[in-house]
Order: sequence, then structure tokens, then C-alpha cells
Amino acid sequence: MTDLPQTSTQPEPAAKSPSRWKAFWRSDIVWSYRRSPVTIVASIVALLLVLMAVFAPWLAPYNPFNPATLNLMDGFTPPNSASYSGNYFLMGTDNQGRDVFSTIMYGMRVSLFVGVLATLLAMIMGVGLGLVAGYVGGVIDAVSLRVADVQLSFPAVLIALLVFGVARGVIPPNQQEGAAIWVLILAIGLANWAQFARTVRGATMVERQKDYVAAARILGVNPFFILLRHVLPNVVGPVLVIGTIGLALAIIEEATLSYLGVGVPPTQPSLGTLIRIGQQFLFSGEWWILLFPAITLVLLALSVNLLGDWLRDALNPKLR
Amino acid sequence: MTVPVLSIKDLVVDFPFHDEVFRAVNGVSFDIMPGEVVGVVGESGAGKSMTGSAVIGLIERPGRISSGEIRLKGERIDNLGEAEKARLRGKRIGMVFQDPLTSLNPLYTVGRQLVETIRAHLPLSESEARQKAIDLLTEAGIPKAAERIDSFPHQFSGGMRQRVVIALAIAAGPELIIADEPTSALDVSVQAQIIKVLKKLCSNHGAAVMLITHDMGVIAQTADRLVVMHHGKVVETGTVGDIIRRPREPYTVKLIDSIPTIERREGHIATAAPANDDGAYVQVKNLVRDFELGRGSFTKLLPGKVEMFRAVSDVSFSIPKGQTFGLVGESGSGKSTCAKMIVGLVRPSSGQITVDGHDIWAGGAGHQERRKRVQMIFQDPYASLNPRWRVRDIIAEPMRTLGIARNRTEVEHRVAELLNKVRLDPSVMRKFPHEFSGGQRQRIAIARALSSQPEFIVCDEPTSALDVSVQAQVLDLMSELQSEFGLTYLLISHNLAVVRQMSTAVGVLHNGVLVERGPTDAIFDSPQADYTRMLLDAVPDISKVA
Repeated sequence: MTDLPQTSTQPEPAAKSPSRWKAFWRSDIVWSYRRSPVTIVASIVALLLVLMAVFAPWLAPYNPFNPATLNLMDGFTPPNSASYSGNYFLMGTDNQGRDVFSTIMYGMRVSLFVGVLATLLAMIMGVGLGLVAGYVGGVIDAVSLRVADVQLSFPAVLIALLVFGVARGVIPPNQQEGAAIWVLILAIGLANWAQFARTVRGATMVERQKDYVAAARILGVNPFFILLRHVLPNVVGPVLVIGTIGLALAIIEEATLSYLGVGVPPTQPSLGTLIRIGQQFLFSGEWWILLFPAITLVLLALSVNLLGDWLRDALNPKLR
Repeated sequence: MTVPVLSIKDLVVDFPFHDEVFRAVNGVSFDIMPGEVVGVVGESGAGKSMTGSAVIGLIERPGRISSGEIRLKGERIDNLGEAEKARLRGKRIGMVFQDPLTSLNPLYTVGRQLVETIRAHLPLSESEARQKAIDLLTEAGIPKAAERIDSFPHQFSGGMRQRVVIALAIAAGPELIIADEPTSALDVSVQAQIIKVLKKLCSNHGAAVMLITHDMGVIAQTADRLVVMHHGKVVETGTVGDIIRRPREPYTVKLIDSIPTIERREGHIATAAPANDDGAYVQVKNLVRDFELGRGSFTKLLPGKVEMFRAVSDVSFSIPKGQTFGLVGESGSGKSTCAKMIVGLVRPSSGQITVDGHDIWAGGAGHQERRKRVQMIFQDPYASLNPRWRVRDIIAEPMRTLGIARNRTEVEHRVAELLNKVRLDPSVMRKFPHEFSGGQRQRIAIARALSSQPEFIVCDEPTSALDVSVQAQVLDLMSELQSEFGLTYLLISHNLAVVRQMSTAVGVLHNGVLVERGPTDAIFDSPQADYTRMLLDAVPDISKVA
């Protein structure tokens, strides 16, 4: 570690550092990424799906929500076969003649939008509460953690349904359709904060024992800044992991709620809505209307989840 | 000529890491004769533990023995299969590790673990094995072994547990015992007893010992011969007396030289300070701290009896400006609690602390004065620097918080100056703590402490996480800074040699009570309290070489 011949009267030279890019390429996290083919595939799939969703208005072959471009006579065209209007539909069309491929791209937009915002909401709530509970301790800690425990004993979907029901009673009927997507985000966000709070609380309790926090306290640094600038940067690792896995869960929860018909309105279908529509036609033989949105949902949730798993392992020194 | 018990020839251990190979042990050779105690010393990363692991075949993957041979009583053992190696462990090679808590299974009684080990290697019946276990425990110095044999490991203290581990290692009558830092986790007073037990048991049972440690003092009192390792290589071998008195290699000379000793050194400035000076810079008067025991956050709200534990009991001392007061004590003596009260982290139950005449727990003004004047250096340089902050920001935080320097160029200028003061290159300010070694980190921590221009620095075990050579450098630096800035130090340590070297006055804490206090030389040369005398006798020191 240290050389004896170094005399204490000379400044120690700075350790030689390789180029920034090389250091990054050789860092543990990139190393473990390069060594995990599953993760590489998962990240490519996730990236493709996200790009398809984000750029749907420019990439999608049709605009499925513009009634002017729809032809009812194209309805129920099977995948990759001739249609009435002569247009080509890679994944076929639904009952109204909408291109399934295009509706999936637009549907993913809604799913991802809801999923990302709901996860961010849960993250902000959970991390904030977890930091305060872990750092202050005492009654605040006991009360907030008990609330989290109670909430964790209910399925997240049930809590989201409850929030949804309350919102429906509070918001006037003429605004309900516009507000639906925001209520959905709120419902899923509220259902998922507890995981973040618990993890961050635990990590905070570990960090606050460390001497760098004591050093800041001796200086009389404001506790708010200690939490924000000292503790928070040191607990983001696990937050990122739960955030990634939580994103996959939120996407599935959104799909579940939409499938149950309490989610987004049919004019703005998400993947869950598409699956609900599709299952009406499954037994009459039009399998593609259900199958392709379902496969997309699985791919999206699975790839994000695999990324989260890898991140957890890569950040956990015990598994390295 | 007798066959050596253990013979290591040109041993090389490699650790592939990512695309590179790290050579942990590089061509090590030495022999251990029957009944001999051989000490293997070196600083962290010297490859001493790795050599021990290679002998017992427990190198963690992906590490491997790349070349060389290890012979036990003339037979090669490095190329045996896993099953054969496992049969050697316990039967022919016994092991004693650093942490007695993890080397015993907490779910089984001590007796069961001993009987199991004995029966696995020797053809004895259950009751015979049990009798042998009781004999071994008695021999290891466990009182009432017949009753205590059915206790669980957590019912023993750390020192008693290590005795059990030694009994366990010797149980099957091995030819060689490998002891890896057997006393590093223990207090000094216990340390001495464990060394004795280890030596006695091994000579009674005719086992040779390979004693791996960083502590020259332990080796000086235990070993016959010494192997000094550095960077994976053997630097020097010889008898303990020869190496400590007449080291030949430059590395060994420096190593021996940097070890502080409890003996008086020439040129030691010991201006005897008046024991209780009312004009002293720092004054601690009748300090008391009680802790509540075992109450959860909800049960705390309920009325009921509260059990109290008195961690610090009526401690008083004073430190004149520009001097160092050493506070020594074993774990649990309350020395860290004292430090926390003095720097403002833990509120005293009663008593008064004044710095430059300001009562630091008096609220408002006292709080401000404390922030300006008092700083702390911590034990663990890995935990005391925020791993997500750059060195510049770590060092700049005190001056920013106290408003000493606000604009960017001024801050950078001051940080560069501080880095120069602690002998680090100012260009390192853009790096993160993990890019530095332990000693360098401790220098950064010192620079941070100096950044608020304090007058009084509390140093809580500032060097106990560091290697001896680095320790010497950090202590030198602390002394130089003290004379340059006229700093006052409170030095808290379990290491008596360090305290002797650094302090003008010393206080000895035992179970929260200050049992003795006075000028350094008086305490070390003619201790009055029984506890101090026992402590000084127990400490392994290189001056005590046989």
C-alpha cells in the first residue's frame, strides 16, 4: 500500500491516472456489463422499445388516432397479408382498421409516460421520507415506517384502485377524462413509495454513523444540507436499483389498471388498454390484436427488470 | 538434519483482476522447524496472510498458486486435491484467526464444536472426546471448564473466545498452527494473556507456529525467528533479537525505526505541565455521561423504569495551549464518548467543558466559539471522508461553512496551501477519496481539520488504522503542524507507545473513571494506579525482546 522509502518531507506525487475513457471502460460497473450478455441484450431491447415509443409520431407507419386515415373495411386484417385498401399492416389491424403495430408504439408512449412519472413520484416521496426517518430517528421514524409496513401488506394494485376511486369522487365528471392519466400516475406513485422509504431509511442509518457525517456535524452544518449533500449522494445506489425494478412494476401496474378499465381512457390507449381490447377478439380467431401488445408489454417489463437485476448485482460488492 | 515441519520454496500467488494479474506473493521461501515459533511480519498488502492461506489451501478464487512448492514434513501439499487439503486442515495444520467471533459457530455450544473436531480427527468415543475437550479448555486457561463447556460462544468474552479457538486449533494434535493476527481484535491487557496461552499450548503439544501479524511488539514477545515481508517478497529472515537490534536491510531498518515504543526516547520534550491549571486552554470539569439502555422508540414514550449506564464518570483534566494531552484506555473505557462530548456530538449529562474560557455547551455563543476553535481527526480514514466528494470540496467545506473563504479562487488557493501543508500535491484536489491510500486519506482528513483554522484538535485514534511506517509519518506531520500553528491536541488512543511519544501529559481511563493523570514520564516511569501498572506490563513492546 505505502512505500517506506517515501520520506515525509516531500509532497507525494499524484497517482498516475490513465485516460478518462480508459478508466471508465475498465471500471467495475462497465466491466460487469461487458461480461453479461443477458444485460447487453436486455439493454438493447429496452433502448429500442423506448426509442420506438418516444419517436412514435415520426416512426409509426400510420396515425391510429386520426379517424381520417382509418378505413373500417381494413378491420381484422391478419398480420403480413393483403388488406382491403391495399395498405400493408405488419401486425395486422384491429376491429376498427387501426394498424396494431402503430397502436403499440403509441400505447408504449402512454405506458412509459405513466410508469416513469409514477416511479419518480414514488422515488421523491420515499427517498425524502426515508432520509428524514433514518437520520432523525425516534418517533418520526417509528410512525412513518409503521405506515409503510401497513401499506406494504396490501397489494399495490389495491391501493391504486382505492386512490383511483377517491379521485373519481372528488374530480368533477367533465374533467375526469383529462385528469385520468394524472390520477393514474398519482395512484401508482402512492402505491410504491414504501419500498424506497424503507431502503433509503436503512442506508441512511448506516451512513449517519460514519465519521464524515460527524465531521459535518462538528462544523455545525445545517442538518438539511447534511442530508442533501452528504447522505443522499451515498444512498443513490440502492435507489437506482429499486427505481429501475420499480419502473418495470409500475408499467405492469398501469397495464393491470388499464386492463381492468380504470386506467387511461380508450381514446388514449396504453398497452394495458390494447390488451383489454384484444382479448375480446381472442376466441373469434383474431389472435394478433391481443398477442402483439402482450408480447411488447412482456419485453418492456422484462428488459427493464433484467437491467435492474444487473444493476443490483453490479452495485453489490458482495456478489462481485 | 531434521526435516522442517513446513518448508515453503519460491511460492508465487497470483490474483487475476479484470485483464491484469496481481502478484500477491512473489517468490517466498522459508522453513519452520519442529517446535519453532516463526513470526511473519509485514504491513498491509505485504502478502503475509496470503502466504498463510496458501499453506492451508484456502486461497479465495480467482487467486491461485502459480509456482513454487509447499512441503509439510517433507511431503508436498500445494498440489493436493480439495478433499485431501481439507483432511490436512485441523488434523495436521491448525488455524487461529483474527476475529474469534466469526471463527466459532454461534449456534453450537463450544463443547459440541470441540468434540466434533476431536472426533473427526481422532478415534475417540463421545465421552473420551468430551473429557479431552475439557482438558484442553482448562489448559487454555478457561476457569471451570467442565461447567462452561456447554456454553455458547456469545457467553464468552472476546479473550475467552480466542482461548477456545486456540483449544480448537490444537485439539487434533497438529504439527503446525497458523495464527493470523490472533490478538489484533483484542485489548492490550487480554492480548498478553492470549500470547502466553498460544505459546504454552503449542510447546506443550509440540506444534510449530507460524504467527502472522503486523504488530512487531507481539512478535518480539512470542517468536523465535522472524520473516519480514514487503510487497510479496521476503526482505529479511533471522532471529527476533538480531532483527530488532541489528536489522540489515534498509526496509527492516526503517520499519523497526518507525515503531514507537513505551520506553523513554532521547530528545523527548517533556515539559511537565501543572496538573490542574485554571488558566489552561482546554478545561474539562466533572464530566459525566449516562446512556439509557435498551428502549425502543415507541416504548420510550411509555412510563417505566429506565436503566442507565454510566459511560463517563466524573472526568476532569486540562490542557495548556500548544500541548498534547493523551487519553488512554481499552475498549469500553469511555474515551470515545469523552471525545464526542468535547467536540459537541454528544451532550454531557453533567459537567463543564471550556475552550479558551468559553463553555462550549452553553448554547448560542458557546456553540459558535466551539465551531470556530475545535476540530476532530477520526480513526478510520475510509469512513471520515465522504466517498462522493472531491478532495477539494471535502477540504473546503469547513471554510465555506464558517464563511472563512467564499469565492472560488480564494477557496482553491487555500485548499492548495493546506494540501502543501500535509505534504500532498495540490493537483490531487480534483480526485475522489478512493484514489488514495490510508495514510494519504488521513492527511486529507488533517487538512480538512485545519481548514477552519482551529486551535484545538481532538484526535480519536488517528493512526490505529494505519501501518506503522505510515503511522510514523502521520505522527511526525501532526507534531510539525502543532509547532507551526500552536495547536492544542487531545490524543485519544489505546496505543500506549504512540501516546508516550506524542503527549506532554496523560490520563488513564478505566470503565469511565480517570484512574490516573499526570505528566507523561511520571505515568510511564512510576505509575501509581494498579490498572496503569497492569496496562504497562501487558503491552507487547519491541523493547521487551527476550
